[in-house]
Amino acid sequence: MSTTLEALCQNLQKHLGDRVKSKKVALGEVTIEVEAADYLAVMQTLRDEPELAFEELIDLCGVDYATYGNVHREGQRFAAVSHLLSISKNCRLRVRCFAPDDDFPSLPSVTSIWNSVNWFEREAFDLFGIVFPGHDDLRRILTDYGFVGHPFRKDFPISGYVEMRYDPEQQRVIYQPVTIEPREVTPRIVREATYGDVENA
Amino acid sequence: MPELRNFTLNFGPQHPAAHGVLRMVLELDGEVVMRADPHIGLLHRATEKLAENKTWIQSLPYMDRLDYVSMMCNEHAYCMAIEKLLQIEVPIRAQYIRVMFDEITRILNHLLWVGCHGLDVGAMTMVLYAFREREDLVDAYEAVSGARMHAAYYRPGGVYRDLPDSLPQYEESKWKSAAQIKPFNEARSGSLLDFLDDFVARFPKLLDEYETLLTDNRIWKQRLVDVGIVSPERALQRGFSGPMLRGSGIAWDLRKKQPYEVYDRLDFDIPVGVTGDSYDRYLVRMEEMRQSNRLVKQCIDWLRQNPGPVMSDNHKVAPPDREAMKSNMEELIHHFKLCTEGIHVPEGEAYSAVEHPKGEFGIYLVSDGANKPYRLKIRAPGYVHLSAMDEMVRGHMLADVVTIIGSQDVVFGEIDR
Repeated sequence: MSTTLEALCQNLQKHLGDRVKSKKVALGEVTIEVEAADYLAVMQTLRDEPELAFEELIDLCGVDYATYGNVHREGQRFAAVSHLLSISKNCRLRVRCFAPDDDFPSLPSVTSIWNSVNWFEREAFDLFGIVFPGHDDLRRILTDYGFVGHPFRKDFPISGYVEMRYDPEQQRVIYQPVTIEPREVTPRIVREATYGDVENA
Repeated sequence: MPELRNFTLNFGPQHPAAHGVLRMVLELDGEVVMRADPHIGLLHRATEKLAENKTWIQSLPYMDRLDYVSMMCNEHAYCMAIEKLLQIEVPIRAQYIRVMFDEITRILNHLLWVGCHGLDVGAMTMVLYAFREREDLVDAYEAVSGARMHAAYYRPGGVYRDLPDSLPQYEESKWKSAAQIKPFNEARSGSLLDFLDDFVARFPKLLDEYETLLTDNRIWKQRLVDVGIVSPERALQRGFSGPMLRGSGIAWDLRKKQPYEVYDRLDFDIPVGVTGDSYDRYLVRMEEMRQSNRLVKQCIDWLRQNPGPVMSDNHKVAPPDREAMKSNMEELIHHFKLCTEGIHVPEGEAYSAVEHPKGEFGIYLVSDGANKPYRLKIRAPGYVHLSAMDEMVRGHMLADVVTIIGSQDVVFGEIDR
């Protein structure tokens, strides 16, 4: 582990303490996981504490862990993953926070801490249905006007539910149920742990 | 006295200065913009969702179609993220080729930007000159990948193939005699590196010509100076990166600060603006083209001296060459597995970012060990910059909206994804 990562880990320990639920260092990146209840306070500390000084929020995205590893997964399903960047310290941090309720996932908005998160939260709401209380303009952003559903959830089919076409009889654009079948050319494969292990086969 | 109401204007989605399919609802008080509400998503193709249903290599060509004026830089971030997860080394020659094409891409992007920005603001000639030079560079794309735009040239583990020794030539036709095409073919008679060498020798002088057209041009300055000022604090708060951040006076460039590939071995400077207005961002981008030119030159010199492999020899990732595949059983199996099932990327997550011509272009990958990504998130710089549109145009005149869209350098392929 390089010295900057070590310093970052120490500072995280010092300023966040046990508010960090879990910490992982892999591939030269630090990932911390926090509880939804601590989320806002942790983010505020990460920006304002001079030893951490994450001035920029680079990215926030929703992730749906429902089918992770090709198996049904227990536990919380939706998470918001943010990538922070400190310009002055030249380091990055990934913060993951699971939304407590799968049926109505909700996490506090961090728009007041970093304004750049505004559209990212709108996107996570649009695509995953994660609600961010405290966001003053949580409209859909990428999908069509009047779109129903959250298309990036794992249970949303890739071909969607409705398609749009011009109807010459009614002389307008209409929506109708999709007429194409989803098809998969290459199946999704997660290899078992012993794959290619000749000796223990 | 009658009641006065603000006037609401629909700007786009079919507007020549909207740079694609941007619909912006502007609230105007006279000619002054009170509020801007960009509506995006008209080009949304759900690239990220599609990628979850394709093997790792199959989604690579989608990357070209994100920011369709800087194709190879998008591929670069994607390949780097996969390589990070796989923890494989890319051959040094492939790294130099990648850096060279990244910088060619930067020049391509900035040329298109200066041309179209000029067109929006009223400098009609720029676009003609910019496209003249772009032609040479897309020819370099074509020579190396077969496609002028959507190259799909970078692959996890290296680049698809080595640089070609010859280039396509102009041919004699009914309209152009042999004597007429001879000067066009002169630079193309050698290898791709000779062709690019000729280009980098010509290019700084051409840049000087562009600057004589624009930099001190009174109309250009009247349209750009003090329009869309972003202070350094606001730039950080709004998550800016690339020329937008440097225009505001923050010396931040991933190529210097978090160097990837071989940028730490190359010599180049980072231009920084002072006031953070559109004019500063213009100056920053013009200087970036000069620096890119220097970088391309250094890469050409290195590539001439150092032949070598351009693709990883790890056949769990990169397919073996055709000859080996046809004569060797093991290689045949590798080829078959790679072309049917695809790469298996170990479980984990990685974020890798490149200094894209528009800013920080990042790819966040979550892998559960399958032959397809579990989640792919594309961090597009234009998306963040456009989200600051409302803040930047407030209080400006309607005509300045066009200048600010231009100076943000937005492309809807990457914003709508």
